[in-house]
Amino acid sequence: MSQITVEDVEYIAGLAQLEVDAATKARLTEELGKILGYVAKLNELDTRDVPPMMHALEMRNVFREDEAGPSLPRDLALRAAPSHDGQYFIVPRILDTDEV
Amino acid sequence: MAYEAVIGMEVHVEINTRSKVFCACSTAFDAPPNTNVCPVCLGMPGVLPVLNREMVNKTVAVGLALNCRISRWSKMDRKNYFYPDLAKNYQISQYDLPLCQEGFLDIEVDGATRRIGITRAHMEEDTARNTHSIGGGQSGVDFNRAGVPLLEIVTEPDLRSADEVYAYLTMLKQILEYLDASDCNIEEGSLRAEANVSVRPVGAQTLGVKTEIKNVASLHGVTKAVEYEIARHVRVLDEGGTITQETRGWDADRGLTFSQRQKESAHDYHYFPEPDLAPIVVDEAWEQRIREGLPELPAARRSRFSDQYGLSTYDAAILTATRAMADYFEATAACGADPKQAANWIMGDLQALLTLSAMDIRACPVQPDALAGMIALIDDGTISGKIGKDVLGEMFATGKTARAIVEAKGLTQISDADALRAVILEVIEKNPAQVEQYRSGKEKVLGFLVGQVMRATQGKANPRLLNDVLLAELRKP
Ligand SMILES: [Zn+2]
Repeated sequence: MSQITVEDVEYIAGLAQLEVDAATKARLTEELGKILGYVAKLNELDTRDVPPMMHALEMRNVFREDEAGPSLPRDLALRAAPSHDGQYFIVPRILDTDEV
Repeated sequence: MAYEAVIGMEVHVEINTRSKVFCACSTAFDAPPNTNVCPVCLGMPGVLPVLNREMVNKTVAVGLALNCRISRWSKMDRKNYFYPDLAKNYQISQYDLPLCQEGFLDIEVDGATRRIGITRAHMEEDTARNTHSIGGGQSGVDFNRAGVPLLEIVTEPDLRSADEVYAYLTMLKQILEYLDASDCNIEEGSLRAEANVSVRPVGAQTLGVKTEIKNVASLHGVTKAVEYEIARHVRVLDEGGTITQETRGWDADRGLTFSQRQKESAHDYHYFPEPDLAPIVVDEAWEQRIREGLPELPAARRSRFSDQYGLSTYDAAILTATRAMADYFEATAACGADPKQAANWIMGDLQALLTLSAMDIRACPVQPDALAGMIALIDDGTISGKIGKDVLGEMFATGKTARAIVEAKGLTQISDADALRAVILEVIEKNPAQVEQYRSGKEKVLGFLVGQVMRATQGKANPRLLNDVLLAELRKP
């Protein structure tokens, strides 16, 4: 079982766009390692005859019919946004591949 | 060194359902910003998405048309990344169990058929649309597009040239239109094509470094961009350089590709099964129902048009380019019109009229039975083909039948030999010099005399009869 390193924590924090200070990093490294170690116990079980579980839900084929219904009034849709101009949600300028 | 190009395509198409894929918001394209949005497609906490059944139906139909294996058991997954067009910070997509897998599409280039492998076709949701028009270092985000059903169709790296890319996209678009699965409007963004391009020395087994071409706004543009990119790879490699793996955009004005800045975050999506959506089980009965509902597909229809109507491969290809055009042609033939004549009128004058008024054939004011009626008037000699062109224009403008126009305007062809002879004798009398020239062996002058008779009859002379009577009169001493 490979252990969690500080680099792993930094990488995951980066993906999650979290800023983590050195002390927290050290704590998370240890805690995540423990969690993984705990889960790794499952590997000790003999699962040869257990079919793989692909999904947590027992249900299947839950659909809605293709009918359009009412949407939110726009002022309500925009109301909770940190910034909007009455039409658009406003975000800091997106620099890379967005459309014009 | 001789190189070969290796190209794989990723095509995203918006599936034309009425409502979005996980909520009841409308999918209408031109609504004002953020008016087709609700808590689900805005990614509010605590909401539950529910899959649109029609999305599954249409995806399976596309999969079957692309000769795919339909997964009996399929599921939705979360693809995690941060981007302002994604409210939830994940996109609901399909990862390891796409609904359609391992298909193929046969394309034709220069008369040869090539089989292009389809790796997969999977369901996902479209993202919001960003706009730069806000200014002041800010972007505006419109969530109307967020949650519009999107189908991603991925090929094997089986394409070898820009021409093949064009043929593949054209055929794929035709199939999607025949299935009524998507509007395939590349300008409005309902079809988006990305090409992965690499080159390698001919005969090499390993692949070269690839670049990905994105954000091209036309089929023609995609083809041009691929062509440019292949040439660029070859040039760089020949000069001893290396290709950088990257995303490139297409500058249509300057006709070149350029490096595009990448999303800041690493591409590590940590896919996991979407816990809010139940697995999808398409059993044999369901698959069979969809298979039975499939329309005749473009390739089959094309070859049937050649066989059944005796059309050339070229004509059959043009007439089957869209389902509406093919339906129109068949309806005209079913009304008794000679298929080849019907084909010529539809591809020629009718198409010109449609193009001129920027009209789709589905909105054509001349119905197939009316066109057949006009062709029948030519067949029975009531009007000439030349008058037919004018009559068709009039039909297009007024919606009247050919017979009504011919009667109202007195366009009926003069097919009475005596009536025609009277006009001909008059022309002969008025043009003694030309008649003399003809009689002394200058036969080219005949065209002039025919023209004079046509003019005198306002084009209504039966051309064959005119020719016969004129010649007979000229040969008289
Ligand atoms: Zn919605």
